[in-house]
Amino acid sequence: MKMTGTLAIVGFGLSTIGPGIATGLIFAAYINGLARQPEARGLLQPIAFLGFALAEALALFGLVLAFVLK
Amino acid sequence: MISQSATPTNPGFVPPGAKDFQFPPIWGDSIYLTKPVILIGLSVVIISSFLLAATRNKAVVPGRLQFAGEGVYTLVRNTLGRDVIGPEYLKFVPLLFSIFCFILVNNIFGIVPLIQFPTMSHIGFPVAVMIFSYVTYHYIGVEKHGLVKYLKDICFMPGIPKPVYLILTPVEILTYFVTRPLTLSLRLFANMFAGHLLLLVFAFGGEYLISSGLIMKVLGVFSFGMAVGLSFFELGIQCLQAYIFTLLSALYIAGALAEGH
Repeated sequence: MKMTGTLAIVGFGLSTIGPGIATGLIFAAYINGLARQPEARGLLQPIAFLGFALAEALALFGLVLAFVLK
Repeated sequence: MISQSATPTNPGFVPPGAKDFQFPPIWGDSIYLTKPVILIGLSVVIISSFLLAATRNKAVVPGRLQFAGEGVYTLVRNTLGRDVIGPEYLKFVPLLFSIFCFILVNNIFGIVPLIQFPTMSHIGFPVAVMIFSYVTYHYIGVEKHGLVKYLKDICFMPGIPKPVYLILTPVEILTYFVTRPLTLSLRLFANMFAGHLLLLVFAFGGEYLISSGLIMKVLGVFSFGMAVGLSFFELGIQCLQAYIFTLLSALYIAGALAEGH
């Protein structure tokens, strides 16, 4: 079987593992916090989304590198 | 099974890539006047006319436009300015507000029908916005503490055991002068690039499937539906990225203002 494509995409797949786990942990902590103290939503939400965006960016750097390193 | 082999009449599915972000020149053969440049100009026109319209008939009980304008301004001033920077926040609000509006409008271009291109998915534009934030936080740091003390605080954070400086100093220098600007601009660029690519995959895929066999047509419609659904997901990401960029700029400014960083 002949496969074509770039190995860089596999690298991108690998680079999403860490951010994937990180995003899961962030939202797990967020949901935990909400379950314990529902009135803290206003305080927790921006922090959760900031953390999510910071972690997600790492996966996207992988995507950019997959395109750059042909 | 689903993939079809390429034939002369059917070239097979061509996946979208970085080439779909390159636009031909609009007028003549000037390489500078392309779609993103037009969109940047358009965004400035949109923002200024919106803000002028929102503030023209100022009233104590705000009208609809004034309410929208004040809502955006209040968000930036209170949650990004006051809560992050602290007592000296007021003089940075214009900068933060401009950055926020500029990035927000340019990102939302990505899902506006007929425009459908987020300007910030060209790396040059986030870098240009980043330079404002980068220069500002270094400038005010130097202005507040003086050049020597500012650099000394960056290199040797006070209140830390001496041997730790061996590791901390290179990391801190790298953080302040390389990683911060790099990640600030790359994060915005990569998010917009990836988001636009995602939409392209579903739109191109739908187009290709609809032009294929009968069963594929159904899948093609589904693919277009996904593209529409993901557009709304993208709207969330686009607003979030504008917010994150401004928030991090505010955090860096707050860091430069703080004593001993």
